[in-house]
Amino acid sequence: MEKFIQLFADLFDETDSSLFTAKTKFKELDEWSSLTALSTIAMVDEEYDVTFKGDDIRNASTIEDLYNTVKSKV
Amino acid sequence: MAFLEFKNVKIAGFSAAVPQEKVLPKSRSADYSDADYRKSVGVEETRIDEKFTTSDLCFLAAEKLIADLEWDKSDIDAIIFVSQYPDYILPATSPILQDRLGLSQECYAADISLGCSGWVYGLSLVAGLLSSGGLKKALLMVGDARRAQNENPNDPLFGYAGAVTAVEYKKGERGFCFHHGSDGSGYEAIIVYDGGARNPFTRESLDVKVCDDGVMRNRLQGFMNGMDVFAFAITTAPKSIKKLAEKHHINLDDIDYLVLHQANKQINNKIAKKLNFEPERVAESLTYFGNTSSASIPLSIVAGLKGKIENQPTKFICCGFGVGLSWGTVYFETNDIVISDLVEVE
Repeated sequence: MEKFIQLFADLFDETDSSLFTAKTKFKELDEWSSLTALSTIAMVDEEYDVTFKGDDIRNASTIEDLYNTVKSKV
Repeated sequence: MAFLEFKNVKIAGFSAAVPQEKVLPKSRSADYSDADYRKSVGVEETRIDEKFTTSDLCFLAAEKLIADLEWDKSDIDAIIFVSQYPDYILPATSPILQDRLGLSQECYAADISLGCSGWVYGLSLVAGLLSSGGLKKALLMVGDARRAQNENPNDPLFGYAGAVTAVEYKKGERGFCFHHGSDGSGYEAIIVYDGGARNPFTRESLDVKVCDDGVMRNRLQGFMNGMDVFAFAITTAPKSIKKLAEKHHINLDDIDYLVLHQANKQINNKIAKKLNFEPERVAESLTYFGNTSSASIPLSIVAGLKGKIENQPTKFICCGFGVGLSWGTVYFETNDIVISDLVEVE
């Protein structure tokens, strides 16, 4: 989980890393956009060999939700 | 497994035509600036001019290539037109192009309705038609001059282009190796909902609504589920290329050029990185022409490789992937080919 949060935080350039926790509602971050969504899909593919669908991101609210989806697909 | 191999056939030349009119893409969202948008999708400008249809651009590219190759028009035995923006719902566009180009009436002409994977599919069809030697010369004509895809005229990820690939029978040529795949479960990932037989055109087709992605569109404009397409592309394309390489014992380090469908920069960089292709071995046209659908691979060769490869043996891996969902990878070698100057039309 810690590793996933770190990898996710690395996708952001301008957001302070202290703002990333399991409970962070990532869509509320200023820097979140459809482009960071694509980076998330790429990161999950590269690091976990998991293919996200758009709905996997749409239905997630927190970073932990994303992580749980990854775990369920590994 | 959809592997195919056709021998005794080779590419003779490439050409492409685009409108002269340049359009600068602008951000569609308040989330990011125009500059961020261009940097992220990798499109600095595109060519769009609604005066032209796909077949107009293919016609002009074909005239140029036929002249440069010094082919006699009466020797052209087949044309395949690949597009999702044909001139009419019916008839097919390829017979119209046969007549417009002044080709023989003894000409095999057929349309294929495919998008981003279409050049690779069209090439396998043409190679199959020629490899037995019954037909000797063929033109593969591809492209999509898409009408506005949403209500924001400044959102041109897609550019207009028509590209022509001349293919000929030649005994002893190693030919082409293909891998093809399809996944219709993703048919809604990129779709124009109305105007076909499933949802015939009605007045409501013109109603502009906010789509799931927050963009204003009517039902005759193309919808794309960007995240699904992105995930599909970065996983399926590298797998298809690896499968083909494994099947034919191709060492990807020996390939001179990887030419991918020009979807967006993030997708293409990702695929190239997964396959260990350095930027010098990747041909591109995305930056100045945008996503040109089935024309993107031959346009990348015309725009990126002219003057570099014509007279030396060159090994290619090309992969198209997208709407369908549909994908295809081809391996071939070129030598002594003609690459026409890019045709820019007013």
